[in-house]
Amino acid sequence: MRQEDLIEATVAVLKRSETTLPPWVKEMIKEASEKETSPIARSTLAAILENVEIASSEGVPLCQDTGLPVFYLEVGRDIRVPSFLEKAVAEGVRRATKTVPLRPNAVDPLTRKNTGDNTGQGMPDLIVDFAPGDCLRITAFPKGAGSENASFLSMQNPADDPLEFVASEVAKRAGRACAPVFVGVGLGGTFDLAPRLAKRALFHMPGTSDLELALLSRINEIGPGPMGLGGRTTALAVKIETALCHTASLPVAVNLQCWANRSATAKVGDEGWSID
Amino acid sequence: MRTPISEDDVFALRAGDLVWITGTVYTARDKVHALLRSGDELPVDLAGAVIYHCGPLIQRDKVLSAGPTTSGRVARYTTDVVSRGARLIVGKGGISEEAGALRGKAAYLAYPGGCGALAARHLKVKRLHLPYLGMAEGLWELEAENWGPMIVATDSFGNDLYREAKRSPEKSSKN
Repeated sequence: MRQEDLIEATVAVLKRSETTLPPWVKEMIKEASEKETSPIARSTLAAILENVEIASSEGVPLCQDTGLPVFYLEVGRDIRVPSFLEKAVAEGVRRATKTVPLRPNAVDPLTRKNTGDNTGQGMPDLIVDFAPGDCLRITAFPKGAGSENASFLSMQNPADDPLEFVASEVAKRAGRACAPVFVGVGLGGTFDLAPRLAKRALFHMPGTSDLELALLSRINEIGPGPMGLGGRTTALAVKIETALCHTASLPVAVNLQCWANRSATAKVGDEGWSID
Repeated sequence: MRTPISEDDVFALRAGDLVWITGTVYTARDKVHALLRSGDELPVDLAGAVIYHCGPLIQRDKVLSAGPTTSGRVARYTTDVVSRGARLIVGKGGISEEAGALRGKAAYLAYPGGCGALAARHLKVKRLHLPYLGMAEGLWELEAENWGPMIVATDSFGNDLYREAKRSPEKSSKN
C-alpha cells in the first residue's frame, strides 16, 4: 500500500461524506416527510431535503458542523499493516480541512485552544476492526456535536427495563440532537464496551429486527418529532448491538446521530484506492 | 421581516408562524455570549437585532454552510441578550427553561438544524468582529436575503412549541 493512496482516499471519503448523504438515508427522510401531517414538521423535512440537494450539487458541506474526524477502519487480516497508517489518515484530515473545507472544530478540552486543522492529541479517532481479505476499508464518519452531546451511558440495574429507558431518554434528547435521529444502542458489555457497541451500531444502520422496529415505534410514539417541534418522526432507525455483561450489571449506551447520517467508504490496497 | 426588528414586529408573531428574514444578522455562540455576560462592550449594537446561534463554515469571506447550533448551550444568557435589545433569537432545539426571559420582549425562531448549505444561499458576509475567537466562535455580521423558513417556536406571549410537543407529540403533530 502506498502512503499517498491512503492520504488521497482519506480526503475523498471526507469530501464525499460531508457533501452528500447515502441514498438510503435520503430515501428514509423522504418517506418520513410524506407521513407527516403537521405543516411545521413538513416544512422542516422539506428544508432538509432541499439542503441535501444544494450541498451535493454545489459540493459544499451539508452542515456547518463538519464534525470531529472519526474513521472506521476494517483491516483485512491478510494485509501487512503499514507503518504510516495513523500518520496518513491524519495528513488526509489536514488536507481535507483546507480543501473541502472543514470547519476547524478540534480544541484542547481544558484550554479550549483550537489546533486549526482538526488533528492533534487523540484526533483523528480511528476505530479498528479486523475483517477477512487483503485490503483496508476506510469509512469517514464525521461526528457533529449536537447529536454527540445528546448521547448517553447509564449503568442500569439488571431489574430495570433497558428498552423503555432508552425510548424515554431518546424522546427527551432528540430535539436538540437534530431529530429525526438514528439511534445506535449498545446493550451489555462493560462500562467502556457499551458505548463502543453503540458507536458500531451506527456503522451498521439500519436495524430491521422485530426488537429494533418495536423500539423505533415506541420512540416515535412518545418523541417530540422533527427538531423537537412536534410531529410523528423523532427517529428514522434503531440498531442494537449487544455483548454479554456481568450478572450484576446492565450497561446501556446510546449514541445518537442526527438526520445527516454522513458516511463514505473507500477500499485501499496494493493496487491503489477506490470509493466503495 | 426586515431588520431592525421593532417591538410591534415581535408582538405580531405567534408560535407556529413561518418567517423569512432580510437584513443584518449577528452570529453568537458560547464565547460571544460569555463576553456579553461579563458586561464587556460588544463591537455591535444589539438594539432591534437578530442573534443567530451559529458557528458558520466560511472560506475567503464566502458563507459555505451556516446552519444553527444547539441553543441549549447558551440558553443561560438569554436575559443578557434580550436586555441589550435583541428582538429575535434564531437557533435550534429551543431555550426551554429560559423561555420566560423572552416574554413581552423578544421571540425565538427555529431554523432547521443541519441545513447549512440551504442557509448559505441566503447569507453573505459583511464583517467579522472579534476575529481572535476563530471561525466558529467569532461574531460574524451577516447580510440575510429572504432567509427562511424559520418557525416561531417561542413567542413573546409565553407560547412554546417545544413544551407543547413534549406534553403531547401526537396532538401537536395534528395542529
